[in-house]
Amino acid sequence: MERVLVGLKRVVDYNVRVRIRSDGSGVETDGVKMSINPFDEIALEEALRMKERGEANEVVVVSIGGSECQQQLRTGLAMGADRAILVETAESVNPLTGARIFLELIKREAAELVLLGKQAIDDDNNQTGQMLAALWGRPQATFASRIELNGSTAKVTREVDVGLETIEVDLPAVITTDLRLNEPRYVKLPDIMKAKKKPLDQIPVADLAVESAASITAVTFEPPEQRQKGIIVKDVAELVAALKDKGLV
Amino acid sequence: MNYQLTDEQTMLLDSLRAFLDEQVYPYEAEADRAGEVPEELGNQIKAKAIEMGFYAANLPESVGGGGLDYTTMGLVERELGKASYGLAGHIARPTELLLACEGNQINNYLTPCVTGEKHEAFALTEPGAGSDIMSMTTKAVKDGDDYIIDGYKHFISTPCLPDFAIVFAITGIDETSRGPRKRITAFLVDRGEKGFDISLGPLCVSQRAYRTYQLSFDNCRVSKDQILGEEGNGLDLANKWLSMGRVWVGAQSCGKMERLLKMATEWAATREQFGKPIGHFQGTSFKLANMATELQASDLLVMHACKKADQGSMTPDDAAMAKLFASEALGRAADDTVQIFGGMGLMEELPVERLWRDARIERIWDGTSEIQRHIIARSLLRPFET
Ligand SMILES: Cc1cc2nc3c(=O)[nH]c(=O)nc-3n(C[C@H](O)[C@H](O)[C@H](O)COP(=O)(O)OP(=O)(O)OC[C@H]3O[C@@H](n4cnc5c(N)ncnc54)[C@H](O)[C@@H]3O)c2cc1C
Repeated sequence: MERVLVGLKRVVDYNVRVRIRSDGSGVETDGVKMSINPFDEIALEEALRMKERGEANEVVVVSIGGSECQQQLRTGLAMGADRAILVETAESVNPLTGARIFLELIKREAAELVLLGKQAIDDDNNQTGQMLAALWGRPQATFASRIELNGSTAKVTREVDVGLETIEVDLPAVITTDLRLNEPRYVKLPDIMKAKKKPLDQIPVADLAVESAASITAVTFEPPEQRQKGIIVKDVAELVAALKDKGLV
Repeated sequence: MNYQLTDEQTMLLDSLRAFLDEQVYPYEAEADRAGEVPEELGNQIKAKAIEMGFYAANLPESVGGGGLDYTTMGLVERELGKASYGLAGHIARPTELLLACEGNQINNYLTPCVTGEKHEAFALTEPGAGSDIMSMTTKAVKDGDDYIIDGYKHFISTPCLPDFAIVFAITGIDETSRGPRKRITAFLVDRGEKGFDISLGPLCVSQRAYRTYQLSFDNCRVSKDQILGEEGNGLDLANKWLSMGRVWVGAQSCGKMERLLKMATEWAATREQFGKPIGHFQGTSFKLANMATELQASDLLVMHACKKADQGSMTPDDAAMAKLFASEALGRAADDTVQIFGGMGLMEELPVERLWRDARIERIWDGTSEIQRHIIARSLLRPFET
């Protein structure tokens, strides 16, 4: 296959304890460590392995957002992607808008496979891949924990509620990745230097002429209520008494 | 001055941190208790570091190194400084002194240190010559095309048994206007050379797994081709790189301070006494405030020296100030962290007591605090000397 597109979303690093901005306008990102969404990193790792096995010729990483997303794209290039595309927008992008943008890029790039994380750890939407497959009119295989390419089809093992399900999809297709698909590689020092010289295209979102699907306005953000300190009970009787005491049973 | 990290530096540090998390931190307590790093573990860290391109990252690309500039190297040293040196030492940064290698020396010493086939030792200190290097007595006497080395070095530290040592020895006396002055020359001496014996030194409470060796030379014959640089310019050669070594001690001290501050802050926020977290008591919180401030000051001094080194304008006192302030701030931070942890700060169960011990060496090696103050004071007073 000629080309795989991989989405890399810039999110607050999973190690960071997320805080709400004091004015309630959103999650604090100033001075906060930002990283590639972990599921997207897994998607890139899988694409790179496909390339290394000779199943794909080119891996293109894509991010949608402000110019700061270049940092995540550069990391993707250092991991081994061939090219990067930044679709520049100052707006927050919801799953449907994201899917529309990807559809435009698929056309431009004649991509045969799109690998996305099953969800981003910031909004936890779990929608973009599914919407993209529908818009594109191509098959989808979500929550992949194993992917096997066989020429014009892909055999994908999916992590579903009842266990593992294996399906076969025709290519081109959209595949979204789950946690156990692979363990992403670390970036090597010489590759960081090489990444500097790899192409990173910046496309203003307006150039893609996609219709924004922004339909939800975030009014205010609040941290969840602090968890009350627990108590240790001796036995079931005491537990029941405590629950009764709180009027919970 | 711009202290914002570049994307490349951010990536490098992310990758290095992940590497240390996986390959180094899990083994620290074990190595410290044993007072050594098992050979297999050392080799594993080394192999992985080579694969990742972290090995010899300090040396120029032209000799096969990583080609990092001083500023980026300062960030790397800061990260490595958080970890135990016995382990992190296997991610080698061969001494830049080796760049003076010429002819066959390049293939025999410089290149193998870059590829990880050999490990060097830097042998300057003697029992009678610590701060006062000029009082050294190890000598190399010319005999035809050879030199005969006699003498003794101690406190020579490396993460593993060295394959060769850069040995500083007296090769003559110059008469100067200020009296006689020893000519000091650096020699490359292989382990196994007749008359050269290496033995393990005593255990050190600071950085227990990073061992020191004693080198003794008894009628040890080496060819003049083993001279690194030129006869008589050993100290100039050493001085050229000693300053940078001091900046690295400063950077490593900053890394360690950051690690301590993080632990102390978490403890202060969660350990409760008198019904509230101990961080709510000013006696504790002000310690944290001091630590954070001194860490920032230390970082700025180190970065300042690194940026100047990149511009080729770093002075010996820039390096001395960075080393002096950062290592002393680290000492205070380590002591305060133990205090904040109370009794737990001294128990082997937690890494606090180890970091407290490990912090102590930074004020001694690469020139004691007193010697750094001498360097700074001398540069202040020199213009007034007649
Ligand atoms: C773990 C470890 C690893 C080491 N690794 C190496 C190595 O790899 N290679 C190497 O060559 N060396 C190494 N050293 C040696 C180290 O650099 C010396 O220990 C250091 O330079 C101090 O020398 P000293 O220990 O002999 O102390 P001394 O010089 O005896 O100093 C004792 C005290 O006197 C003070 N003092 C001395 N002179 C003055 C003065 N003029 N004014 C004011 N105060 C003064 C000192 O500051 C110090 O407080 C290592 C040391 C240790 C402990």
